[in-house]
Amino acid sequence: MSTTLPFPRNMSSTSDTGIAAKNGSDVGGAPAVWTLMGDEAIALAALHSGVSGAFAYPGTPSTEIMESLQSWKEAGSAPGCPDQTIAPLVAEWCSNEKTAYESALGASFAGRRAMVSMKHVGLNVAADPFVNSALIRINGGLVVVVADDPGMHSSQDEQDTRILADFARLPCFEPANQQEAYDMTRAAFDFSERHEVPVVIRITTRLAHSRSIVALAAARSPNAVRKAQDDKAWILMPAIARKRWRVLLDKQPQFLAHAESTARIEAGSSELGVIVCGIARQYLLENMADLEKKLGARPTVLSIGTYPIPVGKIRELAGRVKRVLVLEEGFPHVEDLMLGVFGAPVPVEGKRSGTVPLDGELSPEIVRGALGLPARQLLPESSLVTPGRPPQFCQGCPHGDSYTALKEALKAYPQYAVNSDIGCYTLGALPPWNAIDSCVDMGASVGMARGAASTGLTPAVAVIGDSTFYHSGVPNLVDAVSHKTNMTLVILDNDTTGMTGAQPTIAPASRLVPLLQGLGVDPAHIRQLRAHRMDHDKNVGIISEELAYEGPSVVIMVRECIEWAKKLRNI
Amino acid sequence: MNYDMILCGVGGQGGISVSVVIAKAAMAEGYRVKQSEIHGMAQRGGEVLAHLRISDGEPASPSIPMGAADLIISFEPLEALRHSRWLAADRGTLVSATAPVKNISDYPDLETVLAELRKLPRVRLVDADALAKEAGNARAANMVLVGLASTLMPISAARLEEETAAYFARKGQAVVDANIAAFRKGRDAGK
Repeated sequence: MSTTLPFPRNMSSTSDTGIAAKNGSDVGGAPAVWTLMGDEAIALAALHSGVSGAFAYPGTPSTEIMESLQSWKEAGSAPGCPDQTIAPLVAEWCSNEKTAYESALGASFAGRRAMVSMKHVGLNVAADPFVNSALIRINGGLVVVVADDPGMHSSQDEQDTRILADFARLPCFEPANQQEAYDMTRAAFDFSERHEVPVVIRITTRLAHSRSIVALAAARSPNAVRKAQDDKAWILMPAIARKRWRVLLDKQPQFLAHAESTARIEAGSSELGVIVCGIARQYLLENMADLEKKLGARPTVLSIGTYPIPVGKIRELAGRVKRVLVLEEGFPHVEDLMLGVFGAPVPVEGKRSGTVPLDGELSPEIVRGALGLPARQLLPESSLVTPGRPPQFCQGCPHGDSYTALKEALKAYPQYAVNSDIGCYTLGALPPWNAIDSCVDMGASVGMARGAASTGLTPAVAVIGDSTFYHSGVPNLVDAVSHKTNMTLVILDNDTTGMTGAQPTIAPASRLVPLLQGLGVDPAHIRQLRAHRMDHDKNVGIISEELAYEGPSVVIMVRECIEWAKKLRNI
Repeated sequence: MNYDMILCGVGGQGGISVSVVIAKAAMAEGYRVKQSEIHGMAQRGGEVLAHLRISDGEPASPSIPMGAADLIISFEPLEALRHSRWLAADRGTLVSATAPVKNISDYPDLETVLAELRKLPRVRLVDADALAKEAGNARAANMVLVGLASTLMPISAARLEEETAAYFARKGQAVVDANIAAFRKGRDAGK
């Protein structure tokens, strides 16, 4: 079974050169072969596609896309781009995924190729520009890379980006491996310009963070600046938007035709048809030898790497086999369409039938079981239960000191709310801290404390990090000041975006107090404390004062992240 | 030829360096490599886990199925136990350091952990810290384990030493020498 789908790679020879990747070797005229993480393959493909503007907010497992671009840009070279030949590009962290998306949109408007990358929940934040950008006439190619996290290795949920792409009526490419991640990203920029829409690339954690061999194609220069032509296709006033919506609807058959052309059926036994979406193909391949022994032949396989769902190919597959197994990461998106209201013409197994779990990520073992293969013989289980190592604060982290002081100040109250947010400080939920009551989405801490306080649950404390505050805390604070809400906002300022590996916060720490004053918080109730156990008693006193104050107050707990400090020293 | 190995330990033990060295050595010998890592929580005292798949074909799944690992190299005994069922029952070998990282309150009795590991059909336990100290650098315990594992992996010791030298070159000759010495100590212990 072939390892890649037929995406054009713009090269004269295949990747199977027999050269084991000694990283970076250019062997005669053959293309260079590198070992790359999924994230790196995508970033490199963007670079080779002549991207001029790349924008992102850190989010596991997508963070490395921007980090790779920034490090290649700084080095002046990248795989496939010899020294000092990288064309100028912007590669910037932004306040949040919405602003990152809007910056990318602006670059596209200017005629330049742009990429925005994020984790799956980041697309929720960027949903407004994302959905609306489907209606405007994309100029420079725009690629939207979203890294899903099935199994929630480090996320609050496991939503399926394919559904959001479908909601926006946009094409979505889903690579199965690192080579496809590279090829599809290159193709996505071309597709975006040809059809004048953004294109979504959907990957998952396993692909983002695993490394494999990738054959590179010749790099192409960036587009010149060329403003979007003046036909008002970028102005979504109702009269225009209605026309643009019709245009988007009329493009759907082209998107479908493309998806049909890249989906591939590999003929095999009529006993079983397997539909594999994206990385699921790798898990099928892993079990293929044993499956072939069992069936006496390989199953008939339909590989899907492009959406909208290629219904024609699915009908063709169903016509050739007695039953179908659907393997897809995330929601039973393909499976549900097949089952529909009236059911499928052949039995369909997958998440709805319980053959594959509805939640969590796929694995070679799950797919093995779904294929009806016996489990591998395992060594006997040890009678000793191995305790887990839940993540904890690093030794000497300032957050521990902040929570200790906050908890002591709150002891005076019979009831209170501590609404927290997303970052390393979320670990304050675990023993021995047990310091927070909620963590829902970026910036929710401030909004929830405000809502709780305004309806009578006080004291209400929001605990948020500096980066998350810039991401989405600010508008919530504007609400609090506007309505004079009796709440205390605790900003844990460790001067970094820590949980994702210490990226720089969008604004320097010195800007925070002027910002808070500018938003209208009473300067007498903006307190800055050192997040250190030596200042514990002082900190408890000041936090207590602000908890008692009946109005919006802010306490900033300051101390540099240990990991960020290490990173800076190594530069 | 397919050779699947798992590297595991606790954050901060140099597990990722080891997997990079082994992967590069495998590629230099002409194999294709697929490597996957669970990272992000490592610096916060969590487990570090890498799956390294070496093949002359194209490894399919980025993760090694349970019951398929030819080798597990563990930098920490509890982590070794945690991942031991990934070993291929008929041929998998586990190589582990014996020094515990007790950053949790419910760490089991060490002797019990080691006794459980000794029940495995093919296991090599080594006081990697002690051997690293003998070799001249207490922090090179991870390279001791690579040295021991080199007697089992289908990658030449010479190539592993080459890649070790290249990897640590930016830290100076003294560091390179210490890591090579640790590698050789481990290899001798494995013979």
